Amino acid sequence: MASLKEMRNRIGSVKATQKITKAMQMVAAAKLRRAQDAAQSARPYAERMASVIANLAQGVSGESAPRLLAGTGADQRHVLVVATSDRGLAGGFNTSIVRAARERISSLRAAGKDVKLIVVGKKARDQLRRLHADKIIEFYEAGGSPSMDVAQAVADRVTALFEAGEVDVVSMVYSRFQSVVSQVASVKQLIPAEVAADAPPIDLKGAVYEYEPSEEAILETLLPRNLTIQLFSAMLENQAGFYAAQMTAMDNATRNAGDMIASLTLQYNRTRQAQITKELIEIISGAEAI
Amino acid sequence: MADKLHFSLVSPERELYSGLVDQVDAPGTEGDFGVLAGHAPFMTTLREGQVVVRNDGGETLYEVRGGFADVSATGLTILAEHAVLVAP
Repeated sequence: MASLKEMRNRIGSVKATQKITKAMQMVAAAKLRRAQDAAQSARPYAERMASVIANLAQGVSGESAPRLLAGTGADQRHVLVVATSDRGLAGGFNTSIVRAARERISSLRAAGKDVKLIVVGKKARDQLRRLHADKIIEFYEAGGSPSMDVAQAVADRVTALFEAGEVDVVSMVYSRFQSVVSQVASVKQLIPAEVAADAPPIDLKGAVYEYEPSEEAILETLLPRNLTIQLFSAMLENQAGFYAAQMTAMDNATRNAGDMIASLTLQYNRTRQAQITKELIEIISGAEAI
Repeated sequence: MADKLHFSLVSPERELYSGLVDQVDAPGTEGDFGVLAGHAPFMTTLREGQVVVRNDGGETLYEVRGGFADVSATGLTILAEHAVLVAP
Protein backbone atom coordinates (compact mmCIF):
# COMPACT_ATOMS: atom_id res chain seq x y z
CA MET A 1 0.00 0.00 0.00
CA ALA A 2 1.21 3.46 -0.92
CA SER A 3 2.36 5.65 1.92
CA LEU A 4 0.28 8.62 3.00
CA LYS A 5 2.80 11.06 1.57
CA GLU A 6 2.72 9.32 -1.80
CA MET A 7 -1.05 9.49 -1.85
CA ARG A 8 -1.02 13.17 -0.94
CA ASN A 9 1.33 13.83 -3.82
CA ARG A 10 -0.87 11.83 -6.14
CA ILE A 11 -3.96 13.83 -5.19
CA GLY A 12 -2.00 17.04 -5.65
CA SER A 13 -0.91 16.04 -9.12
CA VAL A 14 -4.41 15.04 -10.20
CA LYS A 15 -5.69 18.39 -8.92
CA ALA A 16 -3.06 20.22 -10.96
CA THR A 17 -4.03 18.23 -14.06
CA GLN A 18 -7.67 19.04 -13.47
CA LYS A 19 -6.86 22.74 -13.38
CA ILE A 20 -5.13 22.44 -16.75
CA THR A 21 -7.94 20.51 -18.41
CA LYS A 22 -10.49 22.92 -16.97
CA ALA A 23 -8.58 25.89 -18.38
CA MET A 24 -8.23 24.18 -21.76
CA GLN A 25 -11.94 23.47 -21.82
CA MET A 26 -12.80 27.09 -21.23
CA VAL A 27 -10.33 28.33 -23.81
CA ALA A 28 -11.71 25.83 -26.35
CA ALA A 29 -15.26 26.96 -25.60
CA ALA A 30 -14.35 30.57 -26.23
CA LYS A 31 -12.48 29.78 -29.42
CA LEU A 32 -15.23 27.44 -30.59
CA ARG A 33 -17.69 30.29 -30.72
CA ARG A 34 -15.41 32.32 -32.94
CA ALA A 35 -14.54 29.37 -35.17
CA GLN A 36 -18.20 28.49 -35.50
CA ASP A 37 -19.06 32.05 -36.51
CA ALA A 38 -16.28 32.03 -39.08
CA ALA A 39 -17.43 28.71 -40.52
CA GLN A 40 -21.03 29.83 -40.68
CA SER A 41 -20.35 33.20 -42.25
CA ALA A 42 -18.18 31.60 -44.92
CA ARG A 43 -20.94 29.23 -45.88
CA PRO A 44 -23.06 31.57 -48.06
CA TYR A 45 -20.10 32.25 -50.34
CA ALA A 46 -19.34 28.57 -50.84
CA GLU A 47 -23.00 27.78 -51.42
CA ARG A 48 -23.51 30.56 -53.94
CA MET A 49 -20.31 29.58 -55.69
CA ALA A 50 -21.54 25.99 -55.95
CA SER A 51 -24.89 27.05 -57.38
CA VAL A 52 -23.26 29.39 -59.88
CA ILE A 53 -20.99 26.59 -61.06
CA ALA A 54 -23.86 24.13 -61.27
CA ASN A 55 -25.63 26.73 -63.33
CA LEU A 56 -22.70 27.18 -65.68
CA ALA A 57 -21.96 23.48 -65.93
CA GLN A 58 -25.37 22.86 -67.43
CA GLY A 59 -24.51 25.12 -70.32
CA VAL A 60 -20.97 23.92 -70.94
CA SER A 61 -20.48 20.34 -71.95
CA GLY A 62 -18.51 18.08 -74.23
CA GLU A 63 -15.24 19.21 -75.71
CA SER A 64 -15.43 22.82 -74.60
CA ALA A 65 -15.74 21.99 -70.89
CA PRO A 66 -12.67 22.95 -68.86
CA ARG A 67 -10.79 19.96 -67.52
CA LEU A 68 -11.15 21.06 -63.91
CA LEU A 69 -14.85 20.51 -64.36
CA ALA A 70 -14.91 17.52 -66.68
CA GLY A 71 -11.84 15.68 -65.39
CA THR A 72 -9.29 13.86 -67.50
CA GLY A 73 -11.69 11.10 -68.34
CA ALA A 74 -9.58 8.64 -66.39
CA ASP A 75 -9.93 7.43 -62.82
CA GLN A 76 -6.53 5.95 -62.13
CA ARG A 77 -4.38 8.39 -60.18
CA HIS A 78 -5.90 9.80 -57.04
CA VAL A 79 -4.71 12.54 -54.73
CA LEU A 80 -6.19 12.76 -51.27
CA VAL A 81 -5.94 16.00 -49.34
CA VAL A 82 -6.14 15.02 -45.68
CA ALA A 83 -6.80 17.93 -43.36
CA THR A 84 -6.58 17.72 -39.59
CA SER A 85 -5.48 20.09 -36.86
CA ASP A 86 -1.92 20.76 -35.78
CA ARG A 87 -2.58 19.97 -32.17
CA GLY A 88 -4.07 17.12 -30.26
CA LEU A 89 -5.93 16.76 -26.98
CA ALA A 90 -9.22 16.75 -28.78
CA GLY A 91 -10.49 13.24 -28.20
CA GLY A 92 -10.98 11.20 -31.33
CA PHE A 93 -11.17 14.20 -33.64
CA ASN A 94 -7.96 13.71 -35.62
CA THR A 95 -8.03 9.94 -35.33
CA SER A 96 -11.43 9.74 -36.97
CA ILE A 97 -10.26 11.86 -39.90
CA VAL A 98 -7.13 9.76 -40.31
CA ARG A 99 -9.17 6.58 -40.04
CA ALA A 100 -11.49 7.77 -42.81
CA ALA A 101 -8.42 8.62 -44.90
CA ARG A 102 -6.89 5.19 -44.30
CA GLU A 103 -10.10 3.44 -45.27
CA ARG A 104 -10.26 5.51 -48.41
CA ILE A 105 -6.62 4.73 -49.24
CA SER A 106 -7.04 1.01 -48.78
CA SER A 107 -10.26 0.84 -50.76
CA LEU A 108 -8.64 2.80 -53.61
CA ARG A 109 -5.55 0.60 -53.50
CA ALA A 110 -7.68 -2.51 -53.46
CA ALA A 111 -9.29 -1.24 -56.66
CA GLY A 112 -5.81 -0.97 -58.17
CA LYS A 113 -5.57 2.83 -58.16
CA ASP A 114 -2.52 4.94 -57.44
CA VAL A 115 -2.84 7.13 -54.37
CA LYS A 116 -0.83 10.15 -53.34
CA LEU A 117 -1.38 12.26 -50.25
CA ILE A 118 -1.22 15.92 -49.47
CA VAL A 119 -1.49 16.43 -45.74
CA VAL A 120 -2.56 19.56 -43.95
CA GLY A 121 -2.00 19.61 -40.20
CA LYS A 122 0.73 18.07 -38.09
CA LYS A 123 -1.52 15.35 -36.71
CA ALA A 124 -2.37 14.02 -40.15
CA ARG A 125 1.31 13.92 -41.02
CA ASP A 126 2.33 12.18 -37.82
CA GLN A 127 -0.38 9.55 -38.02
CA LEU A 128 -0.19 8.86 -41.73
CA ARG A 129 3.59 8.74 -41.81
CA ARG A 130 3.59 5.39 -40.06
CA LEU A 131 1.89 3.45 -42.82
CA HIS A 132 1.84 5.70 -45.84
CA ALA A 133 5.06 7.70 -45.68
CA ASP A 134 5.87 6.84 -49.29
CA LYS A 135 2.63 8.38 -50.55
CA ILE A 136 2.89 11.78 -48.89
CA ILE A 137 3.98 14.31 -51.48
CA GLU A 138 3.42 17.51 -49.56
CA PHE A 139 2.82 18.74 -46.05
CA TYR A 140 1.29 22.02 -44.89
CA GLU A 141 0.78 23.26 -41.38
CA ALA A 142 -2.81 24.07 -40.59
CA GLY A 143 -1.76 27.09 -38.55
CA GLY A 144 -3.44 28.69 -35.57
CA SER A 145 -6.51 29.76 -37.48
CA PRO A 146 -7.46 28.77 -41.02
CA SER A 147 -6.05 31.23 -43.50
CA MET A 148 -6.76 31.83 -47.13
CA ASP A 149 -3.02 31.57 -47.74
CA VAL A 150 -2.81 27.91 -46.80
CA ALA A 151 -5.95 27.10 -48.77
CA GLN A 152 -4.49 28.96 -51.73
CA ALA A 153 -1.17 27.14 -51.44
CA VAL A 154 -2.87 23.75 -51.37
CA ALA A 155 -5.14 24.71 -54.26
CA ASP A 156 -2.19 25.92 -56.33
CA ARG A 157 -0.30 22.72 -55.70
CA VAL A 158 -3.29 20.58 -56.61
CA THR A 159 -4.00 22.61 -59.73
CA ALA A 160 -0.36 22.40 -60.79
CA LEU A 161 -0.40 18.62 -60.39
CA PHE A 162 -3.60 18.39 -62.34
CA GLU A 163 -2.43 20.70 -65.12
CA ALA A 164 0.76 18.67 -65.42
CA GLY A 165 -1.42 15.64 -66.01
CA GLU A 166 -0.16 13.79 -62.96
CA VAL A 167 -3.52 13.17 -61.33
CA ASP A 168 -7.02 12.31 -62.44
CA VAL A 169 -9.10 12.71 -59.30
CA VAL A 170 -8.56 14.92 -56.27
CA SER A 171 -10.63 14.57 -53.16
CA MET A 172 -10.27 15.75 -49.62
CA VAL A 173 -10.82 14.20 -46.23
CA TYR A 174 -11.89 16.52 -43.44
CA SER A 175 -14.28 16.72 -40.57
CA ARG A 176 -17.69 18.10 -41.34
CA PHE A 177 -19.03 20.18 -38.49
CA GLN A 178 -22.57 19.07 -37.82
CA SER A 179 -22.96 20.31 -34.30
CA VAL A 180 -20.93 20.81 -31.17
CA VAL A 181 -21.40 17.17 -30.25
CA SER A 182 -21.13 15.68 -33.71
CA GLN A 183 -18.36 16.02 -36.24
CA VAL A 184 -18.31 13.58 -39.09
CA ALA A 185 -15.17 12.69 -40.97
CA SER A 186 -16.12 12.90 -44.62
CA VAL A 187 -14.66 12.72 -48.09
CA LYS A 188 -15.37 15.41 -50.66
CA GLN A 189 -14.37 15.30 -54.28
CA LEU A 190 -12.68 18.45 -55.58
CA ILE A 191 -11.59 17.58 -59.12
CA PRO A 192 -13.48 16.93 -61.29
CA ALA A 193 -15.78 19.47 -59.65
CA GLU A 194 -18.86 17.79 -58.32
CA VAL A 195 -21.97 19.38 -59.65
CA ALA A 196 -25.07 18.81 -57.61
CA ALA A 197 -27.05 16.53 -59.90
CA ASP A 198 -30.30 17.31 -58.17
CA ALA A 199 -29.92 21.07 -58.52
CA PRO A 200 -33.14 22.33 -60.01
CA PRO A 201 -32.62 23.70 -63.51
CA ILE A 202 -33.00 27.44 -63.44
CA ASP A 203 -36.01 28.69 -65.29
CA LEU A 204 -34.88 31.49 -67.54
CA LYS A 205 -38.34 32.05 -68.95
CA GLY A 206 -37.02 31.74 -72.47
CA ALA A 207 -34.21 34.24 -71.92
CA VAL A 208 -30.64 33.38 -72.80
CA TYR A 209 -27.83 33.77 -70.32
CA GLU A 210 -25.31 36.36 -71.39
CA TYR A 211 -21.69 36.07 -70.43
CA GLU A 212 -19.02 38.73 -70.19
CA PRO A 213 -16.36 37.97 -71.35
CA SER A 214 -17.23 34.39 -72.39
CA GLU A 215 -18.67 31.37 -70.67
CA GLU A 216 -15.35 29.52 -70.86
CA ALA A 217 -13.35 32.48 -69.60
CA ILE A 218 -15.59 32.84 -66.59
CA LEU A 219 -15.45 29.14 -65.79
CA GLU A 220 -11.70 29.16 -66.14
CA THR A 221 -11.30 31.76 -63.41
CA LEU A 222 -14.17 30.47 -61.35
CA LEU A 223 -13.09 26.84 -61.04
CA PRO A 224 -9.66 27.38 -59.45
CA ARG A 225 -11.29 29.93 -57.19
CA ASN A 226 -13.90 27.38 -56.23
CA LEU A 227 -11.17 24.91 -55.35
CA THR A 228 -9.59 27.37 -52.94
CA ILE A 229 -12.94 28.18 -51.40
CA GLN A 230 -13.83 24.53 -50.93
CA LEU A 231 -10.51 23.92 -49.20
CA PHE A 232 -10.87 27.04 -47.12
CA SER A 233 -14.36 26.22 -45.94
CA ALA A 234 -13.31 22.65 -45.15
CA MET A 235 -10.50 24.06 -43.03
CA LEU A 236 -12.90 26.37 -41.26
CA GLU A 237 -15.18 23.45 -40.49
CA ASN A 238 -12.21 21.47 -39.27
CA GLN A 239 -11.26 24.29 -36.96
CA ALA A 240 -14.74 24.56 -35.47
CA GLY A 241 -14.92 20.78 -35.12
CA PHE A 242 -11.53 20.69 -33.47
CA TYR A 243 -12.50 23.14 -30.76
CA ALA A 244 -15.82 21.40 -30.22
CA ALA A 245 -14.06 18.05 -29.87
CA GLN A 246 -11.45 19.56 -27.60
CA MET A 247 -14.06 21.17 -25.43
CA THR A 248 -15.90 17.87 -25.03
CA ALA A 249 -12.71 15.93 -24.42
CA MET A 250 -11.49 18.40 -21.83
CA ASP A 251 -14.87 18.47 -20.13
CA ASN A 252 -14.68 14.69 -19.79
CA ALA A 253 -11.11 14.90 -18.57
CA THR A 254 -12.06 17.45 -15.92
CA ARG A 255 -14.91 15.26 -14.74
CA ASN A 256 -12.71 12.17 -14.67
CA ALA A 257 -10.11 14.05 -12.68
CA GLY A 258 -12.86 15.07 -10.24
CA ASP A 259 -13.94 11.44 -9.81
CA MET A 260 -10.34 10.40 -9.36
CA ILE A 261 -9.74 13.05 -6.71
CA ALA A 262 -12.84 11.92 -4.84
CA SER A 263 -11.82 8.27 -4.81
CA LEU A 264 -8.21 9.03 -3.97
CA THR A 265 -9.27 11.32 -1.11
CA LEU A 266 -11.54 8.59 0.24
CA GLN A 267 -8.73 6.08 0.04
CA TYR A 268 -6.35 8.56 1.66
CA ASN A 269 -8.71 9.23 4.56
CA ARG A 270 -9.36 5.53 5.11
CA THR A 271 -5.67 4.76 5.15
CA ARG A 272 -5.00 7.61 7.54
CA GLN A 273 -7.80 6.45 9.83
CA ALA A 274 -6.53 2.86 9.69
CA GLN A 275 -3.09 4.05 10.65
CA ILE A 276 -4.41 6.07 13.60
CA THR A 277 -6.43 3.10 14.78
CA LYS A 278 -3.40 0.86 14.47
CA GLU A 279 -1.27 3.28 16.50
CA LEU A 280 -3.96 3.51 19.20
CA ILE A 281 -4.16 -0.26 19.45
CA GLU A 282 -0.41 -0.43 19.77
CA ILE A 283 -0.38 2.15 22.56
CA ILE A 284 -3.27 0.53 24.44
CA SER A 285 -1.92 -2.97 24.19
CA GLY A 286 1.48 -1.63 25.19
CA ALA A 287 -0.05 0.02 28.26
CA GLU A 288 -1.98 -3.13 29.15
CA ALA A 289 1.18 -5.20 28.99
CA ILE A 290 2.73 -3.03 31.66
CA MET B 1 -43.22 51.62 -56.93
CA ALA B 2 -41.42 49.27 -59.25
CA ASP B 3 -40.47 45.75 -58.28
CA LYS B 4 -37.47 45.34 -56.10
CA LEU B 5 -34.37 43.39 -56.90
CA HIS B 6 -33.01 40.73 -54.61
CA PHE B 7 -29.36 41.50 -54.08
CA SER B 8 -26.67 39.74 -52.11
CA LEU B 9 -23.02 40.59 -51.76
CA VAL B 10 -20.81 37.87 -50.34
CA SER B 11 -17.09 37.65 -49.70
CA PRO B 12 -15.28 34.46 -48.68
CA GLU B 13 -15.40 35.52 -45.05
CA ARG B 14 -19.00 36.60 -44.76
CA GLU B 15 -22.18 37.84 -46.33
CA LEU B 16 -22.09 41.64 -46.46
CA TYR B 17 -25.50 42.38 -47.82
CA SER B 18 -28.66 40.47 -48.51
CA GLY B 19 -32.03 41.96 -49.19
CA LEU B 20 -34.33 43.78 -51.57
CA VAL B 21 -33.04 46.92 -53.25
CA ASP B 22 -34.02 49.27 -56.06
CA GLN B 23 -30.85 49.24 -58.13
CA VAL B 24 -27.25 48.07 -58.02
CA ASP B 25 -24.36 49.47 -60.06
CA ALA B 26 -21.29 47.28 -60.37
CA PRO B 27 -17.96 47.39 -62.20
CA GLY B 28 -17.78 44.59 -64.78
CA THR B 29 -14.53 43.76 -66.58
CA GLU B 30 -16.06 44.97 -69.81
CA GLY B 31 -17.74 48.04 -68.40
CA ASP B 32 -19.86 49.19 -65.52
CA PHE B 33 -23.43 48.03 -65.47
CA GLY B 34 -26.57 48.72 -63.52
CA VAL B 35 -29.08 46.09 -62.55
CA LEU B 36 -32.77 46.67 -61.90
CA ALA B 37 -35.44 44.15 -61.08
CA GLY B 38 -36.29 41.90 -64.01
CA HIS B 39 -32.85 42.16 -65.62
CA ALA B 40 -32.04 39.54 -68.24
CA PRO B 41 -29.90 36.62 -67.02
CA PHE B 42 -26.31 37.69 -67.23
CA MET B 43 -22.97 36.86 -65.75
CA THR B 44 -19.69 38.70 -65.68
CA THR B 45 -16.36 38.88 -63.94
CA LEU B 46 -15.63 42.00 -61.92
CA ARG B 47 -12.72 44.36 -61.88
CA GLU B 48 -11.65 46.53 -58.96
CA GLY B 49 -14.15 49.24 -58.23
CA GLN B 50 -17.20 50.33 -56.34
CA VAL B 51 -20.54 48.65 -56.03
CA VAL B 52 -23.33 51.13 -55.43
CA VAL B 53 -26.51 49.84 -53.86
CA ARG B 54 -29.48 52.19 -54.23
CA ASN B 55 -32.46 51.64 -52.04
CA ASP B 56 -35.28 53.98 -50.99
CA GLY B 57 -33.32 57.01 -52.11
CA GLY B 58 -30.26 56.02 -50.07
CA GLU B 59 -26.95 54.72 -51.32
CA THR B 60 -24.60 52.15 -49.89
CA LEU B 61 -21.07 51.93 -51.25
CA TYR B 62 -18.83 48.90 -51.25
CA GLU B 63 -15.30 48.60 -52.52
CA VAL B 64 -14.83 45.26 -54.28
CA ARG B 65 -11.87 43.55 -55.87
CA GLY B 66 -12.15 40.54 -58.14
CA GLY B 67 -15.00 38.12 -58.29
CA PHE B 68 -18.21 37.57 -60.21
CA ALA B 69 -21.65 38.96 -60.61
CA ASP B 70 -24.51 36.67 -61.48
CA VAL B 71 -27.91 37.97 -62.49
CA SER B 72 -30.57 35.31 -62.62
CA ALA B 73 -34.30 35.12 -62.17
CA THR B 74 -33.73 35.01 -58.42
CA GLY B 75 -31.78 38.27 -58.36
CA LEU B 76 -28.26 39.56 -58.37
CA THR B 77 -25.45 37.81 -56.54
CA ILE B 78 -21.99 39.30 -56.29
CA LEU B 79 -19.25 36.92 -55.23
CA ALA B 80 -16.34 39.20 -54.45
CA GLU B 81 -12.87 38.09 -53.53
CA HIS B 82 -12.53 41.12 -51.33
CA ALA B 83 -15.29 43.46 -50.32
CA VAL B 84 -15.46 46.27 -47.76
CA LEU B 85 -18.14 48.74 -46.82
CA VAL B 86 -17.09 52.26 -47.75
CA ALA B 87 -20.06 54.47 -46.96
CA PRO B 88 -23.41 53.63 -45.40
